[in-house]
Amino acid sequence: MDEKEKQPITWSCPLEQRDKSKIVLAHGGGGTLMHQLIKNVFENAFKNPLLQQHHDSAFLNIQGVKLAFTTDSFVVKPLFFPGGDIGKLAVCGTVNDLAMAGACPLYMSTGFILEEGLEMDILQRIVQTMKREADHAGVSIVTGDTKVINNSSGDGLYINTSGIGIVKQDPPPCPSQIQPDDCILINGDIGRHGLAVLNAREEIHFDPELESDCMSLVPAVLSLLNSGIPVHCLRDCTRGGLSSALNELAEESGLSFYIREEDIPIRDDVRGACEILGLNPLYVANEGRFIAFVPKQYVSEVLQIWQDLYPDLTPKQIGFVSENKGTPVILENAIGIELALPMLSGEQLPRIC
Amino acid sequence: MKYMDEYRNPQLAKNLIREIKQSAHRTWNIMEVCGGQTHAILRFGIDRALTPEVQLIHGPGCPVCVTPIQKIDLAIQLALETDIILCSFGDMLRVPGSKTSLLSARGQGANVQTVYSPLDSVKIAQQNLDKQIVFFAVGFETTAPVNAMAVKKAKELGLANFSLLCAQVLVPPAMEVLLSDPYCQIQGFLSAGHVCTVMGYHEYEPIAEKYKIPIVVTGFEPVDLLLGIKECVRMLEDGKYGVQNAYTRSVRREGNVPAQQLMKEIFEVCDQHWRGLGSIPRSGLRLKSDYADYDAEKKFHLIPEKNEEEQTVCIAGEILQGKKKPTDCPAFATICTPENPIGAPMVSNEGACSAYYQYEKR
Repeated sequence: MDEKEKQPITWSCPLEQRDKSKIVLAHGGGGTLMHQLIKNVFENAFKNPLLQQHHDSAFLNIQGVKLAFTTDSFVVKPLFFPGGDIGKLAVCGTVNDLAMAGACPLYMSTGFILEEGLEMDILQRIVQTMKREADHAGVSIVTGDTKVINNSSGDGLYINTSGIGIVKQDPPPCPSQIQPDDCILINGDIGRHGLAVLNAREEIHFDPELESDCMSLVPAVLSLLNSGIPVHCLRDCTRGGLSSALNELAEESGLSFYIREEDIPIRDDVRGACEILGLNPLYVANEGRFIAFVPKQYVSEVLQIWQDLYPDLTPKQIGFVSENKGTPVILENAIGIELALPMLSGEQLPRIC
Repeated sequence: MKYMDEYRNPQLAKNLIREIKQSAHRTWNIMEVCGGQTHAILRFGIDRALTPEVQLIHGPGCPVCVTPIQKIDLAIQLALETDIILCSFGDMLRVPGSKTSLLSARGQGANVQTVYSPLDSVKIAQQNLDKQIVFFAVGFETTAPVNAMAVKKAKELGLANFSLLCAQVLVPPAMEVLLSDPYCQIQGFLSAGHVCTVMGYHEYEPIAEKYKIPIVVTGFEPVDLLLGIKECVRMLEDGKYGVQNAYTRSVRREGNVPAQQLMKEIFEVCDQHWRGLGSIPRSGLRLKSDYADYDAEKKFHLIPEKNEEEQTVCIAGEILQGKKKPTDCPAFATICTPENPIGAPMVSNEGACSAYYQYEKR
């Protein structure tokens, strides 16, 4: 062996230093980068007490009426996927944000950004879905806007929506209402939407095909509020999945959440697909699942209401709230060991083997 | 779910943890070679549960972490050609070469497609006869047979527009490099169950003999891992060495012979550069001369640039050799995060740094 080879092995990793002056995909991924962006750029500029409520909707007090107001944009690719399309997502996403504020949705706006060359038939189908979903959720789409962009500057069609609704509970459900000993409930099994879209986009063919869980959560929320159950907080588990929803709320409430992995409902087909692709279902997006924080004595009533409403779903208590233990979300994992459940970092990428 | 729930049985896992802790009379340093095992160990908290009786050392078995920078540069160079589609496994995309990653290159217009099987890239070749399809064939003995199958299939189909950019690596030579280091701390190995499913475990027997070390073939679920660790600790406590199989539901001593034959038909052993470990003799696979038409480096007359690997604060090399833990790195979770990785092990789903970041940060 010559002298050169004897030298200790050194590592070189001239990794690309990501240019912090540019937006990267993970800024929209629902994880840490997105939270930094919102805090450092948007909140910093738009600073006001309503914005700092950090909730899915802003609460507005207008002449004695408490309203919830929200907006959302939809850039999903492909436009159609098993279990839904971009139009269904656009309506459900917005009414769900209102529902998470304990509000009954009333009116929506919609803005369409259309790419030159988009098939009129595709637009028609999407608009029809939006009409159907809006009727189903009891909202009217009362104003809108249309813009067309040059061919190949977009993915066919983007939608922006806003929604407004009347808050049905006082105080409304929000992170500051979460109390130690509250129970944490989920309305059904997780992980379907993210996998359905990934499968459609990457043309992976699971048999039987996975369908998105995309649906309006308005009935599931209003039925609780109408039964007089004091709902302390609600949050839909969209981008970043269940784990991000839990971490956001733990941070905003200043409390710790204790979750048992065994109690989280996940269908076998979703578990199997996640195992194969190397994804953690706790981080996979949902479009029809939310967590509710309620006092212990209401747990069975809530679960019964949801079960009656959606007999096919498996609502479950997944954990409870405790005083701040220094770790926002503690997960008792499948083999009974307690670990921190962090927020999603970066993007989830399918693995090699 | 069958083959999963029974191997995640909390009671069984707790019993095994207790048995391992009771049987160990000192701290044993055991290396799990495979990055998939590292992630499972961290995800399920097995390392913490076994402290201090067992110290798990994380090995170099992360395929994207050890893929040389020069090959990534070549992949990017190919992907930027207008008539080439570069197909790759998903987690290779964010690993940087000397200047950029495949993902960034895609942002600049390179044609990079994620596939889940190399056979999908053969399909893409069939559907795009006017383009050249290059599959970035990285990985250990686990991916080699199916990569070989892709070449065989392309040949059978008479596809002249398919080739491999090959960076296949082999486990046993890397284990020998680690063991021959005079400062080696490793007292036992868990060898990767999927690699042994393909290759069997007879090739580890001479290593166990030569270095007088126990090597236990181990699976990936928590109970599998604990069974492997338990066997390794038992051998260490008894002063025994040799190869044992704790993953019998998948692994035979001789392995998957047809898969090995396929590998031998298409590939031959060659010297290989490992990112972070350096050049290791006879530790890689390249296409045989009969299949030169399917070798992207020959087909496109590629010459890897001999750029010196520049030194940074990153200690990935020592992490890949199990000499240090990710948390020993000054960059870990400070300037090096999954959003802004400084070293390849922070990028991949199988990299030790990404596992630590995900499960041990707080």
